[in-house]
Amino acid sequence: MNRIVNAMGDACPIPVVKTKNAIKELGEEGGSVETLVDNEIAVQNLTKMANQKGYPVQSEKLEQNKYRVVMTIGTETTVEKEEENKVACVPDRRTGNTVVVISSSCMGEGDDALGTVLMKGFIYAISQQDELPATILFYNGGAKLTCEDAPTLEDLKSLEAQGVEILTCGTCLNHYGLTDKLKVGTVTNMYVIAEKMTQASLIVKP
Amino acid sequence: MADEIVFCRGGGCTAKLGAGVLSRVLSCLPKGARDDNLLVGYDSRDDAAVYQVSEDLAIVQTLDFFPPMLDDPYLFGQIAAANALSDVYAMGGEVKTALNIVCFPEKMDLNILGEIMRGGSEKVKEAGAVLVGGHSIADDSVKYGLSVMGTIHPDKVYANNRGQAGDVLILTKKLGVGIVCTANRVGEASKEAMEEAIRSMTTLNKYAAEICTKYDVHACTDVTGFGFLGHLHEMLDGRLSARIRARQIPVLQEALQHAEEFLLTAAGQRNRNHTEPFVRFRHISFAMEEVLFDPQTSGGLLIAVEPVQAEALEMELQKAGLPARIVGELTNRTDPEILVV
Repeated sequence: MNRIVNAMGDACPIPVVKTKNAIKELGEEGGSVETLVDNEIAVQNLTKMANQKGYPVQSEKLEQNKYRVVMTIGTETTVEKEEENKVACVPDRRTGNTVVVISSSCMGEGDDALGTVLMKGFIYAISQQDELPATILFYNGGAKLTCEDAPTLEDLKSLEAQGVEILTCGTCLNHYGLTDKLKVGTVTNMYVIAEKMTQASLIVKP
Repeated sequence: MADEIVFCRGGGCTAKLGAGVLSRVLSCLPKGARDDNLLVGYDSRDDAAVYQVSEDLAIVQTLDFFPPMLDDPYLFGQIAAANALSDVYAMGGEVKTALNIVCFPEKMDLNILGEIMRGGSEKVKEAGAVLVGGHSIADDSVKYGLSVMGTIHPDKVYANNRGQAGDVLILTKKLGVGIVCTANRVGEASKEAMEEAIRSMTTLNKYAAEICTKYDVHACTDVTGFGFLGHLHEMLDGRLSARIRARQIPVLQEALQHAEEFLLTAAGQRNRNHTEPFVRFRHISFAMEEVLFDPQTSGGLLIAVEPVQAEALEMELQKAGLPARIVGELTNRTDPEILVV
Protein backbone atom coordinates (compact mmCIF):
# COMPACT_ATOMS: atom_id res chain seq x y z
CA MET A 1 0.00 0.00 0.00
CA ASN A 2 1.12 3.53 -0.65
CA ARG A 3 0.03 6.63 1.25
CA ILE A 4 0.59 10.28 0.53
CA VAL A 5 0.72 12.82 3.35
CA ASN A 6 0.42 16.49 2.55
CA ALA A 7 2.24 18.43 5.28
CA MET A 8 2.91 21.57 3.22
CA GLY A 9 2.63 24.62 5.45
CA ASP A 10 2.78 22.54 8.64
CA ALA A 11 5.30 23.40 11.34
CA CYS A 12 7.31 20.68 13.10
CA PRO A 13 6.29 18.31 14.65
CA ILE A 14 3.03 18.18 12.61
CA PRO A 15 4.63 16.56 9.49
CA VAL A 16 6.04 13.82 11.74
CA VAL A 17 2.71 13.37 13.55
CA LYS A 18 0.82 13.09 10.23
CA THR A 19 3.39 10.65 8.83
CA LYS A 20 3.22 8.48 11.96
CA ASN A 21 -0.56 8.31 11.62
CA ALA A 22 -0.22 7.26 7.97
CA ILE A 23 2.29 4.55 8.98
CA LYS A 24 -0.19 3.29 11.57
CA GLU A 25 -2.90 3.12 8.91
CA LEU A 26 -0.68 0.91 6.75
CA GLY A 27 -1.13 -1.79 9.36
CA GLU A 28 0.97 -4.92 9.54
CA GLU A 29 1.39 -5.35 5.80
CA GLY A 30 3.55 -2.27 5.53
CA GLY A 31 4.06 -0.25 2.36
CA SER A 32 5.38 3.21 1.65
CA VAL A 33 4.49 6.65 2.92
CA GLU A 34 5.26 9.71 0.86
CA THR A 35 5.26 13.02 2.81
CA LEU A 36 5.30 16.44 1.17
CA VAL A 37 6.79 19.28 3.23
CA ASP A 38 7.86 22.86 2.52
CA ASN A 39 11.17 23.10 4.35
CA GLU A 40 14.44 21.26 4.71
CA ILE A 41 14.34 21.05 8.50
CA ALA A 42 11.08 19.08 8.27
CA VAL A 43 12.85 16.73 5.81
CA GLN A 44 15.63 16.26 8.38
CA ASN A 45 13.19 15.57 11.23
CA LEU A 46 11.34 12.98 9.10
CA THR A 47 14.62 11.36 8.04
CA LYS A 48 15.73 11.24 11.67
CA MET A 49 12.56 9.38 12.63
CA ALA A 50 12.95 6.93 9.71
CA ASN A 51 16.57 6.23 10.67
CA GLN A 52 15.64 5.62 14.30
CA LYS A 53 12.81 3.30 13.31
CA GLY A 54 14.97 1.52 10.73
CA TYR A 55 12.74 2.45 7.77
CA PRO A 56 14.59 2.94 4.48
CA VAL A 57 14.14 6.59 3.54
CA GLN A 58 14.72 8.80 0.50
CA SER A 59 14.10 12.48 0.00
CA GLU A 60 14.25 14.93 -2.88
CA LYS A 61 13.63 18.58 -3.53
CA LEU A 62 10.78 18.87 -6.03
CA GLU A 63 10.87 22.66 -6.41
CA GLN A 64 11.53 25.78 -4.34
CA ASN A 65 9.96 25.14 -0.87
CA LYS A 66 8.62 21.71 -1.81
CA TYR A 67 10.23 18.47 -0.72
CA ARG A 68 9.21 14.81 -0.86
CA VAL A 69 10.24 12.23 1.76
CA VAL A 70 9.48 8.57 1.03
CA MET A 71 9.72 5.89 3.73
CA THR A 72 9.29 2.18 3.20
CA ILE A 73 7.73 0.36 6.07
CA GLY A 74 8.18 -3.39 6.23
CA THR A 75 8.37 -5.75 9.17
CA GLU A 76 11.80 -7.28 8.37
CA THR A 77 13.83 -4.08 8.51
CA THR A 78 12.46 -3.23 11.93
CA VAL A 79 13.58 -6.57 13.34
CA GLU A 80 17.11 -6.08 12.01
CA LYS A 81 17.30 -2.70 13.70
CA GLU A 82 16.35 -4.19 17.06
CA GLU A 83 19.10 -6.78 16.78
CA GLU A 84 21.61 -4.08 15.99
CA ASN A 85 20.59 -2.29 19.16
CA LYS A 86 21.07 -5.41 21.23
CA VAL A 87 24.66 -5.75 20.06
CA ALA A 88 25.36 -2.14 20.99
CA CYS A 89 24.12 -2.79 24.51
CA VAL A 90 26.86 -5.29 25.44
CA PRO A 91 28.84 -3.60 28.21
CA ASP A 92 32.32 -2.39 27.52
CA ARG A 93 34.64 -4.76 29.44
CA ARG A 94 37.88 -2.95 29.95
CA THR A 95 40.88 -4.74 31.28
CA GLY A 96 43.51 -3.40 33.61
CA ASN A 97 41.42 -0.53 34.90
CA THR A 98 42.60 -0.73 38.50
CA VAL A 99 41.58 2.08 40.84
CA VAL A 100 43.29 2.66 44.19
CA VAL A 101 41.12 4.36 46.79
CA ILE A 102 42.77 6.26 49.66
CA SER A 103 40.19 7.46 52.20
CA SER A 104 42.49 8.26 55.12
CA SER A 105 45.99 9.54 55.72
CA CYS A 106 46.60 6.44 57.83
CA MET A 107 46.70 2.80 56.79
CA GLY A 108 44.74 0.52 59.09
CA GLU A 109 43.40 1.16 62.56
CA GLY A 110 45.12 1.02 65.93
CA ASP A 111 47.87 3.57 66.06
CA ASP A 112 47.79 6.67 63.81
CA ALA A 113 51.53 7.27 63.96
CA LEU A 114 52.05 3.74 62.71
CA GLY A 115 49.22 4.22 60.17
CA THR A 116 50.99 7.23 58.66
CA VAL A 117 54.21 5.28 58.21
CA LEU A 118 52.33 2.35 56.70
CA MET A 119 50.49 4.60 54.22
CA LYS A 120 53.75 6.13 53.02
CA GLY A 121 55.09 2.61 52.57
CA PHE A 122 51.97 1.55 50.69
CA ILE A 123 52.10 4.43 48.19
CA TYR A 124 55.80 3.67 47.59
CA ALA A 125 55.02 -0.01 47.09
CA ILE A 126 52.26 0.83 44.59
CA SER A 127 54.74 2.91 42.60
CA GLN A 128 57.06 -0.10 42.40
CA GLN A 129 54.47 -2.55 40.98
CA ASP A 130 54.90 -4.01 37.47
CA GLU A 131 51.34 -2.97 36.65
CA LEU A 132 50.41 0.50 37.78
CA PRO A 133 46.81 1.46 38.58
CA ALA A 134 44.92 3.66 36.11
CA THR A 135 43.72 6.02 38.82
CA ILE A 136 44.31 6.82 42.50
CA LEU A 137 41.45 8.55 44.32
CA PHE A 138 42.01 10.58 47.49
CA TYR A 139 39.18 11.67 49.74
CA ASN A 140 38.45 12.67 53.34
CA GLY A 141 41.74 12.32 55.33
CA GLY A 142 43.33 10.89 52.16
CA ALA A 143 43.16 14.36 50.61
CA LYS A 144 46.04 15.45 52.89
CA LEU A 145 48.40 13.06 51.06
CA THR A 146 48.39 15.02 47.79
CA CYS A 147 49.07 18.36 49.46
CA GLU A 148 52.11 20.40 50.44
CA ASP A 149 54.45 18.77 52.99
CA ALA A 150 52.87 15.30 52.64
CA PRO A 151 55.48 12.51 52.95
CA THR A 152 53.87 10.76 49.97
CA LEU A 153 54.29 13.60 47.44
CA GLU A 154 57.44 12.39 45.76
CA ASP A 155 56.10 8.89 45.06
CA LEU A 156 52.78 10.30 43.83
CA LYS A 157 54.57 12.68 41.46
CA SER A 158 56.51 9.77 40.04
CA LEU A 159 53.27 7.80 39.58
CA GLU A 160 51.68 10.77 37.84
CA ALA A 161 54.68 11.10 35.55
CA GLN A 162 54.11 7.48 34.51
CA GLY A 163 50.52 8.22 33.48
CA VAL A 164 48.64 7.37 36.66
CA GLU A 165 45.68 9.70 37.16
CA ILE A 166 45.80 11.29 40.62
CA LEU A 167 42.42 12.74 41.70
CA THR A 168 41.64 14.48 44.99
CA CYS A 169 38.16 15.31 46.28
CA GLY A 170 37.58 19.08 46.03
CA THR A 171 35.04 19.25 48.83
CA CYS A 172 37.57 17.54 51.11
CA LEU A 173 40.38 19.97 50.21
CA ASN A 174 38.00 22.81 50.99
CA HIS A 175 37.00 21.23 54.30
CA TYR A 176 40.59 20.84 55.49
CA GLY A 177 41.56 24.32 54.22
CA LEU A 178 43.97 22.78 51.70
CA THR A 179 42.51 24.35 48.55
CA ASP A 180 45.75 26.14 47.63
CA LYS A 181 48.03 23.39 48.86
CA LEU A 182 47.36 20.64 46.28
CA LYS A 183 50.73 19.65 44.85
CA VAL A 184 50.02 16.64 42.63
CA GLY A 185 47.20 15.62 40.29
CA THR A 186 43.91 17.44 39.89
CA VAL A 187 40.78 18.26 41.87
CA THR A 188 37.70 16.13 41.36
CA ASN A 189 34.10 15.76 42.57
CA MET A 190 31.89 12.98 43.86
CA TYR A 191 30.40 12.11 40.47
CA VAL A 192 33.84 11.42 39.04
CA ILE A 193 34.82 9.49 42.17
CA ALA A 194 31.68 7.35 41.93
CA GLU A 195 32.18 6.86 38.19
CA LYS A 196 35.83 5.81 38.54
CA MET A 197 34.91 3.32 41.25
CA THR A 198 31.92 1.79 39.45
CA GLN A 199 33.86 1.45 36.20
CA ALA A 200 36.97 -0.01 37.80
CA SER A 201 37.93 -3.59 36.98
CA LEU A 202 39.59 -3.81 40.40
CA ILE A 203 39.43 -1.54 43.42
CA VAL A 204 42.37 -1.56 45.83
CA LYS A 205 41.69 -0.01 49.21
CA PRO A 206 44.38 -0.25 51.89
CA MET B 1 -12.08 30.77 21.70
CA ALA B 2 -11.10 31.33 18.08
CA ASP B 3 -8.57 33.85 19.34
CA GLU B 4 -6.95 31.29 21.60
CA ILE B 5 -6.33 28.88 18.76
CA VAL B 6 -4.41 31.53 16.86
CA PHE B 7 -2.73 32.65 20.08
CA CYS B 8 -0.27 29.77 20.30
CA ARG B 9 1.38 28.29 17.24
CA GLY B 10 4.66 27.15 18.63
CA GLY B 11 6.62 29.82 20.37
CA GLY B 12 9.02 30.49 23.17
CA CYS B 13 12.64 30.00 22.37
CA THR B 14 11.76 27.46 19.67
CA ALA B 15 10.99 30.54 17.57
CA LYS B 16 14.60 31.77 17.71
CA LEU B 17 16.62 32.06 14.52
CA GLY B 18 19.31 29.39 14.20
CA ALA B 19 22.77 30.21 15.53
CA GLY B 20 24.35 29.46 12.15
CA VAL B 21 22.22 31.96 10.22
CA LEU B 22 22.59 34.56 12.92
CA SER B 23 26.38 34.53 13.14
CA ARG B 24 26.62 34.91 9.34
CA VAL B 25 24.55 38.09 9.50
CA LEU B 26 26.28 39.48 12.59
CA SER B 27 29.75 38.95 11.16
CA CYS B 28 28.82 41.15 8.16
CA LEU B 29 27.75 44.19 10.19
CA PRO B 30 30.01 47.24 10.00
CA LYS B 31 31.83 47.85 13.27
CA GLY B 32 32.07 51.35 14.65
CA ALA B 33 34.98 52.70 16.65
CA ARG B 34 35.85 50.60 19.64
CA ASP B 35 34.47 51.86 22.95
CA ASP B 36 36.59 50.75 25.90
CA ASN B 37 33.65 51.07 28.25
CA LEU B 38 31.84 48.27 26.46
CA LEU B 39 32.89 45.30 28.58
CA VAL B 40 30.69 42.72 26.85
CA GLY B 41 29.18 43.23 23.40
CA TYR B 42 27.80 40.87 20.82
CA ASP B 43 31.28 39.86 19.72
CA SER B 44 31.37 37.43 22.60
CA ARG B 45 27.85 36.12 21.82
CA ASP B 46 27.03 36.62 25.47
CA ASP B 47 23.61 36.83 27.07
CA ALA B 48 23.57 40.58 27.58
CA ALA B 49 25.69 43.66 26.91
CA VAL B 50 27.67 45.21 29.77
CA TYR B 51 28.72 48.86 29.63
CA GLN B 52 30.89 50.46 32.28
CA VAL B 53 29.71 53.89 33.45
CA SER B 54 32.05 54.49 36.39
CA GLU B 55 34.84 52.77 38.28
CA ASP B 56 32.50 50.60 40.32
CA LEU B 57 29.36 50.53 38.19
CA ALA B 58 28.38 49.00 34.88
CA ILE B 59 24.96 48.57 33.33
CA VAL B 60 23.67 45.33 31.87
CA GLN B 61 21.27 45.59 28.93
CA THR B 62 19.26 42.91 27.24
CA LEU B 63 16.05 42.33 25.37
CA ASP B 64 14.10 39.19 24.64
CA PHE B 65 10.64 38.54 23.25
CA PHE B 66 8.86 35.69 21.50
CA PRO B 67 5.48 34.22 20.50
CA PRO B 68 3.43 32.20 23.02
CA MET B 69 4.42 28.58 23.67
CA LEU B 70 1.19 27.78 25.57
CA ASP B 71 -2.44 28.86 25.49
CA ASP B 72 -2.66 30.66 28.83
CA PRO B 73 -1.84 34.37 28.27
CA TYR B 74 -1.12 35.07 31.95
CA LEU B 75 1.40 32.24 32.23
CA PHE B 76 2.88 33.20 28.86
CA GLY B 77 3.46 36.71 30.24
CA GLN B 78 5.21 35.31 33.30
CA ILE B 79 7.40 33.00 31.24
CA ALA B 80 8.37 35.67 28.69
CA ALA B 81 9.34 38.03 31.52
CA ALA B 82 11.28 35.38 33.48
CA ASN B 83 13.12 34.53 30.26
CA ALA B 84 14.04 38.16 29.52
CA LEU B 85 15.12 38.90 33.10
CA SER B 86 17.30 35.79 33.07
CA ASP B 87 19.92 37.31 30.79
CA VAL B 88 20.80 39.86 33.47
CA TYR B 89 21.10 37.13 36.10
CA ALA B 90 23.31 35.10 33.78
CA MET B 91 25.76 38.03 33.75
CA GLY B 92 25.70 38.23 37.56
CA GLY B 93 23.75 41.51 37.56
CA GLU B 94 20.81 42.88 39.53
CA VAL B 95 17.77 43.93 37.50
CA LYS B 96 16.61 47.51 37.95
CA THR B 97 14.14 48.52 35.21
CA ALA B 98 12.15 46.81 32.48
CA LEU B 99 10.23 47.96 29.38
CA ASN B 100 7.43 45.94 27.78
CA ILE B 101 7.69 44.90 24.13
CA VAL B 102 4.34 43.90 22.63
CA CYS B 103 3.11 42.75 19.22
CA PHE B 104 -0.64 42.19 19.22
CA PRO B 105 -3.36 41.76 16.54
CA GLU B 106 -5.81 44.63 16.53
CA LYS B 107 -8.79 42.28 16.23
CA MET B 108 -7.87 40.12 19.19
CA ASP B 109 -9.54 40.49 22.59
CA LEU B 110 -7.63 43.13 24.58
CA ASN B 111 -8.26 41.18 27.79
CA ILE B 112 -5.75 38.66 26.50
CA LEU B 113 -3.13 41.39 26.22
CA GLY B 114 -4.06 42.53 29.74
CA GLU B 115 -3.44 39.03 31.06
CA ILE B 116 -0.08 38.75 29.30
CA MET B 117 1.09 42.04 30.75
CA ARG B 118 -0.23 41.17 34.21
CA GLY B 119 1.87 37.99 34.17
CA GLY B 120 4.90 39.94 32.96
CA SER B 121 4.61 42.72 35.51
CA GLU B 122 4.25 40.24 38.38
CA LYS B 123 7.59 38.69 37.46
CA VAL B 124 9.24 42.11 37.14
CA LYS B 125 7.97 42.88 40.64
CA GLU B 126 9.20 39.54 42.00
CA ALA B 127 12.60 40.38 40.49
CA GLY B 128 12.66 43.59 42.51
CA ALA B 129 12.69 45.75 39.38
CA VAL B 130 10.28 48.42 38.15
CA LEU B 131 8.33 48.45 34.92
CA VAL B 132 8.98 51.85 33.40
CA GLY B 133 7.25 51.80 30.03
CA GLY B 134 7.13 49.94 26.76
CA HIS B 135 6.29 49.85 23.10
CA SER B 136 3.51 48.04 21.28
CA ILE B 137 2.69 47.53 17.60
CA ALA B 138 -0.18 45.91 15.75
CA ASP B 139 0.95 42.67 14.16
CA ASP B 140 -0.70 39.54 12.83
CA SER B 141 0.57 37.36 15.68
CA VAL B 142 1.19 37.80 19.40
CA LYS B 143 4.69 38.41 20.72
CA TYR B 144 5.72 39.64 24.13
CA GLY B 145 8.87 40.23 26.11
CA LEU B 146 10.96 42.77 27.97
CA SER B 147 13.90 45.04 27.50
CA VAL B 148 15.74 44.89 30.81
CA MET B 149 18.39 47.10 32.41
CA GLY B 150 20.42 45.94 35.37
CA THR B 151 23.52 46.98 37.25
CA ILE B 152 26.70 45.14 38.13
CA HIS B 153 30.16 45.79 39.50
CA PRO B 154 32.53 45.80 36.50
CA ASP B 155 34.86 43.28 38.20
CA LYS B 156 32.06 40.84 38.93
CA VAL B 157 30.70 40.19 35.45
CA TYR B 158 30.17 36.51 34.59
CA ALA B 159 31.07 36.32 30.93
CA ASN B 160 29.91 33.08 29.34
CA ASN B 161 33.36 32.36 27.95
CA ARG B 162 35.78 32.75 30.88
CA GLY B 163 35.62 29.19 32.17
CA GLN B 164 38.86 27.44 33.13
CA ALA B 165 39.97 23.86 32.55
CA GLY B 166 38.98 21.87 35.63
CA ASP B 167 35.89 23.95 36.41
CA VAL B 168 32.84 21.94 37.34
CA LEU B 169 29.62 22.57 35.40
CA ILE B 170 26.31 22.91 37.23
CA LEU B 171 22.89 23.19 35.56
CA THR B 172 20.12 24.70 37.68
CA LYS B 173 16.91 23.69 35.84
CA LYS B 174 15.63 20.56 34.11
CA LEU B 175 15.94 20.26 30.33
CA GLY B 176 13.08 19.30 28.02
CA VAL B 177 10.58 22.17 28.34
CA GLY B 178 10.68 22.75 24.55
CA ILE B 179 9.74 19.15 23.81
CA VAL B 180 7.03 19.04 26.50
CA CYS B 181 5.42 22.26 25.16
CA THR B 182 5.57 20.84 21.62
CA ALA B 183 3.93 17.61 22.77
CA ASN B 184 1.31 19.70 24.56
CA ARG B 185 0.50 21.48 21.32
CA VAL B 186 -0.43 18.20 19.65
CA GLY B 187 -2.33 17.04 22.73
CA GLU B 188 0.23 14.47 23.91
CA ALA B 189 1.68 16.01 27.09
CA SER B 190 0.25 15.00 30.46
CA LYS B 191 -1.17 17.67 32.72
CA GLU B 192 1.49 16.94 35.35
CA ALA B 193 4.37 17.29 32.88
CA MET B 194 3.00 20.55 31.55
CA GLU B 195 2.60 21.88 35.09
CA GLU B 196 6.16 20.96 35.93
CA ALA B 197 7.41 22.62 32.73
CA ILE B 198 5.43 25.78 33.55
CA ARG B 199 6.76 25.84 37.12
CA SER B 200 10.28 25.58 35.73
CA MET B 201 9.79 28.28 33.09
CA THR B 202 8.19 30.76 35.51
CA THR B 203 10.97 30.31 38.09
CA LEU B 204 13.28 33.32 38.07
CA ASN B 205 16.99 32.60 37.79
CA LYS B 206 17.38 35.31 40.42
CA TYR B 207 17.53 32.74 43.24
CA ALA B 208 20.26 30.67 41.61
CA ALA B 209 22.19 33.83 40.71
CA GLU B 210 22.06 35.16 44.27
CA ILE B 211 23.51 31.91 45.62
CA CYS B 212 26.27 32.04 42.99
CA THR B 213 27.59 35.34 44.36
CA LYS B 214 29.02 33.44 47.35
CA TYR B 215 31.16 31.18 45.14
CA ASP B 216 33.98 31.58 42.63
CA VAL B 217 31.95 31.34 39.43
CA HIS B 218 34.20 31.74 36.38
CA ALA B 219 31.57 31.63 33.65
CA CYS B 220 27.80 31.54 33.48
CA THR B 221 25.13 31.51 30.81
CA ASP B 222 21.44 30.77 30.71
CA VAL B 223 20.32 27.81 28.64
CA THR B 224 17.74 29.05 26.13
CA GLY B 225 17.08 28.77 22.41
CA PHE B 226 20.32 27.08 21.33
CA GLY B 227 19.75 24.22 23.77
CA PHE B 228 22.10 22.86 26.42
CA LEU B 229 24.80 21.77 23.97
CA GLY B 230 24.58 24.98 21.91
CA HIS B 231 25.09 27.21 24.92
CA LEU B 232 27.81 24.92 26.27
CA HIS B 233 29.57 25.17 22.89
CA GLU B 234 29.57 28.97 23.20
CA MET B 235 30.91 28.72 26.73
CA LEU B 236 33.86 26.62 25.50
CA ASP B 237 34.87 29.54 23.26
CA GLY B 238 37.05 27.44 20.96
CA ARG B 239 39.71 27.01 23.68
CA LEU B 240 38.18 24.50 26.09
CA SER B 241 36.41 21.16 25.93
CA ALA B 242 33.79 19.62 28.18
CA ARG B 243 32.89 16.20 29.44
CA ILE B 244 29.20 15.80 30.24
CA ARG B 245 27.60 12.93 32.14
CA ALA B 246 24.14 12.50 30.63
CA ARG B 247 22.82 10.54 33.60
CA GLN B 248 23.41 13.50 35.89
CA ILE B 249 21.56 15.97 33.67
CA PRO B 250 18.28 17.09 35.26
CA VAL B 251 15.54 16.25 32.74
CA LEU B 252 11.74 16.42 32.63
CA GLN B 253 11.18 12.67 32.37
CA GLU B 254 8.22 12.97 30.03
CA ALA B 255 10.34 14.89 27.52
CA LEU B 256 12.29 11.68 26.89
CA GLN B 257 9.08 9.79 26.06
CA HIS B 258 7.93 12.49 23.65
CA ALA B 259 11.35 12.61 22.01
CA GLU B 260 11.05 8.88 21.39
CA GLU B 261 7.78 9.65 19.61
CA PHE B 262 9.59 12.29 17.51
CA LEU B 263 7.54 15.21 18.79
CA LEU B 264 10.45 17.48 17.92
CA THR B 265 10.74 21.09 16.89
CA ALA B 266 12.37 22.60 13.85
CA ALA B 267 14.53 24.69 16.21
CA GLY B 268 15.77 21.51 17.89
CA GLN B 269 16.86 20.14 14.53
CA ARG B 270 18.54 23.45 13.64
CA ASN B 271 20.41 23.23 16.95
CA ARG B 272 21.51 19.70 16.03
CA ASN B 273 22.70 20.87 12.61
CA HIS B 274 24.73 23.67 14.19
CA THR B 275 26.21 21.94 17.25
CA GLU B 276 26.40 18.21 16.44
CA PRO B 277 29.79 18.50 14.62
CA PHE B 278 31.34 19.47 17.98
CA VAL B 279 29.76 16.66 20.00
CA ARG B 280 30.46 12.97 20.44
CA PHE B 281 27.81 10.87 22.15
CA ARG B 282 28.95 7.66 23.80
CA HIS B 283 26.06 5.19 24.37
CA ILE B 284 23.49 7.98 24.66
CA SER B 285 19.88 7.25 23.70
CA PHE B 286 18.33 9.11 20.78
CA ALA B 287 15.77 10.68 23.15
CA MET B 288 18.50 12.04 25.44
CA GLU B 289 20.39 13.47 22.44
CA GLU B 290 17.23 15.31 21.44
CA VAL B 291 16.75 16.68 24.97
CA LEU B 292 20.33 17.98 24.92
CA PHE B 293 19.58 19.86 21.66
CA ASP B 294 16.10 20.95 22.78
CA PRO B 295 15.60 24.74 22.77
CA GLN B 296 14.72 25.87 26.28
CA THR B 297 12.39 28.73 27.07
CA SER B 298 13.40 30.41 30.34
CA GLY B 299 15.94 27.66 30.97
CA GLY B 300 18.31 27.37 33.91
CA LEU B 301 21.78 28.74 34.47
CA LEU B 302 24.80 26.77 33.31
CA ILE B 303 27.57 27.60 35.76
CA ALA B 304 31.31 26.91 35.58
CA VAL B 305 32.58 27.00 39.15
CA GLU B 306 35.90 26.51 40.94
CA PRO B 307 36.10 22.71 41.41
CA VAL B 308 36.64 22.68 45.18
CA GLN B 309 33.40 24.61 45.70
CA ALA B 310 31.23 22.67 43.28
CA GLU B 311 29.60 20.24 45.69
CA ALA B 312 28.84 22.95 48.24
CA LEU B 313 27.25 25.12 45.52
CA GLU B 314 25.23 22.17 44.20
CA MET B 315 23.96 21.44 47.70
CA GLU B 316 23.00 25.06 48.40
CA LEU B 317 21.10 25.34 45.10
CA GLN B 318 19.25 22.12 45.90
CA LYS B 319 18.40 23.38 49.38
CA ALA B 320 16.81 26.43 47.72
CA GLY B 321 14.45 24.01 45.95
CA LEU B 322 16.15 24.01 42.54
CA PRO B 323 16.74 20.74 40.64
CA ALA B 324 20.40 21.75 40.21
CA ARG B 325 22.99 19.09 39.45
CA ILE B 326 26.68 18.83 38.67
CA VAL B 327 26.63 17.73 35.02
CA GLY B 328 30.29 17.61 33.99
CA GLU B 329 33.63 19.39 33.84
CA LEU B 330 35.58 21.73 31.60
CA THR B 331 38.88 20.37 30.30
CA ASN B 332 41.71 21.59 28.14
CA ARG B 333 40.89 21.56 24.46
CA THR B 334 40.64 18.05 23.02
CA ASP B 335 38.78 16.34 20.23
CA PRO B 336 35.80 16.04 20.41
CA GLU B 337 35.02 19.42 21.91
CA ILE B 338 32.07 18.02 23.85
CA LEU B 339 32.01 14.41 24.99
CA VAL B 340 28.70 13.16 26.38
CA VAL B 341 28.96 9.89 28.28
